[in-house]
Amino acid sequence: MAQYPLLRISGLRKVFGGVIAVDDLDFDADTGSITALIGPNGAGKTTVFNMITGFLPPTDGEILFVERKIEKLPSHRVARMGVARTFQHVQVFSQMSVLENVMVGRHTRSKTGLFLSLLTPPFWRPEERRIEEKAREWLSFVGMEGIADRPAGSLPLGNQRMLEVARALAAEPKLLLLDEPASGLNARETLAMGELIGRIREMGITVLLVEHDMELVMEISDQVVVVNFGRRIAAGTPAEVQLDPDVIAAYLGE
Amino acid sequence: MERRDYIGIGVLLAMVIAVPFLVDNPYYLGVLVFTALNCLTCIGLSLLMGYAGQISLGHAAFIALGAYSSALLTTLAGWSPWAAMGAGAVISAVVAVIVGVPSLRLKGHYLAMATLGFSAIVHIVAIAAVDITGGPQGIGGIPYLSFGDLVLDTDIRFYYFSWAVVIIGLILALNLIHSRMGRGLRAIHGSEDAACAAGVHTALYKIQIFIISAVYASISGSLYASYATYIDPGPFDVMHSVLLVTMVAVGGMHRLWGAVIGAVLLSLLPEILSSFSGYFQMIGLDYSQDYDILIYGGILLAIMLFLPEGLFSGGRSLFRYLYQKFSPAEEEG
Ligand SMILES: Nc1ncnc2c1ncn2[C@@H]1O[C@H](COP(=O)(O)OP(=O)(O)OP(=O)(O)O)[C@@H](O)[C@H]1O
Ligand SMILES: [Mg+2]
Repeated sequence: MAQYPLLRISGLRKVFGGVIAVDDLDFDADTGSITALIGPNGAGKTTVFNMITGFLPPTDGEILFVERKIEKLPSHRVARMGVARTFQHVQVFSQMSVLENVMVGRHTRSKTGLFLSLLTPPFWRPEERRIEEKAREWLSFVGMEGIADRPAGSLPLGNQRMLEVARALAAEPKLLLLDEPASGLNARETLAMGELIGRIREMGITVLLVEHDMELVMEISDQVVVVNFGRRIAAGTPAEVQLDPDVIAAYLGE
Repeated sequence: MERRDYIGIGVLLAMVIAVPFLVDNPYYLGVLVFTALNCLTCIGLSLLMGYAGQISLGHAAFIALGAYSSALLTTLAGWSPWAAMGAGAVISAVVAVIVGVPSLRLKGHYLAMATLGFSAIVHIVAIAAVDITGGPQGIGGIPYLSFGDLVLDTDIRFYYFSWAVVIIGLILALNLIHSRMGRGLRAIHGSEDAACAAGVHTALYKIQIFIISAVYASISGSLYASYATYIDPGPFDVMHSVLLVTMVAVGGMHRLWGAVIGAVLLSLLPEILSSFSGYFQMIGLDYSQDYDILIYGGILLAIMLFLPEGLFSGGRSLFRYLYQKFSPAEEEG
């Protein structure tokens, strides 16, 4: 069965009322690769992410993840299978500490249920300690261990984006979806984010990336899929895609 | 649980032990037993309101389920009061699933409506099903709880027992919120989308919390039945559900300790008010119980307007503010 990629999208469609947000989209993401999904504003990129992660049901089409159809699963089930994501509009749990945010990320990797939670105090639960240890490890991975106790809502945007990545990584996912991780970041933070994505790939995690910063995309991606009005207009290596006349037209015509 | 919670429990325990040395009037001990029962229900309700973000307007009905299960199973079927209490809890849990599942699967405040309807039904059944519930006449002769030869038939014994149950209930609830599940629930408040993406099964957790809070209310009802040894439909009306929600909101719904404080204050308030009734007469007002509801309404309104986080957190912020304002270290004059 080795011919199957980690993620296979085929014939994917999403219609909102009269708007066709995603139209007959196909692409594969191979294990360990970085695939960038790019396109002008409103092209349907976030909608694709929402369908992969179970936030929206597709109108039509198939999403195959580790050879299983996942397009009808609810988001918490998709998460349990090993898909983690970040959000275009950063979504941290602002009342909780930085550390607790990442601890929530360990949710799929822990299992204490209702009764055990009620009956045992946290310090008697070895799992609780492991969750905290792991969360601290992932915080150091993104270089935020020094501000573990700060309320997440008080951080500047750059740190909040990093925190979202740490929270997603804490699930130790097979597939990580990053929706514009560099948006709103300054040049230095963008560089750090690019470097972080590189290190994520080195761990063998497959990355699907939506990003408007073309320099970043072209530098780190193995494969680029270009969509416009929900349709795929090109796909290939960064070098191939940059020379594609349709892509140039779509970007200049917007 | 955090260190502060253990300190809080220590303080509560000390107060529970100390109070009977100051108050030995059985009437006031009785008031403190009812305070404990309200506390227990409010702890469960605060899990639901503060952590699952849902409101129940039917918790008086779960209290009624517990109370009537205890009353009927002991007097008619001859069950032990403990077994009857357990059966009441199971019945309440099942009813919570039936009421909760359809409404909690939807986003929004459908649970408040569903529990309101459920509450009305329970109250009407309690009044109208005369053959079973005794109707407005109620049920008498409910046996006391006992531990072997130790029968909880005096106010002081029941006082200690009921507060022990409150403290256990509080510890369990604190365990729960400081767990992976409690974190998941708090995360839903921050961002439901991000919580789902992290694998938190939001609908399931909301239902589980609703069940827990129904069981707390049911146990409180069973305790009530075996303390009073007589029940009638009177105390289980929708007004009591509203009062419980008020207690939680007044104390501050995002903190379990807020529920304890709100329940204690509002349970004792009528006593405090009636002890002031002499002063009311002096200023030409004839104080009667009817004013209670007016005063509750006023308190709720004032809290929501001025301390929306409740007395517990609001009081803390106020204290901090005053401390900063008047602390000698302040540089401005
Ligand atoms: N929940 C929704 N309901 C209705 N329409 C939607 C919804 N989500 C997205 N759309 C529409 O679908 C289209 C694609 O939106 P989407 O957010 O996927 O674009 P995008 O490629 O992520 O754009 P951007 O680069 O601006 O983030 C847009 O026309 C948008 O208005
Ligand atoms: Mg988008």
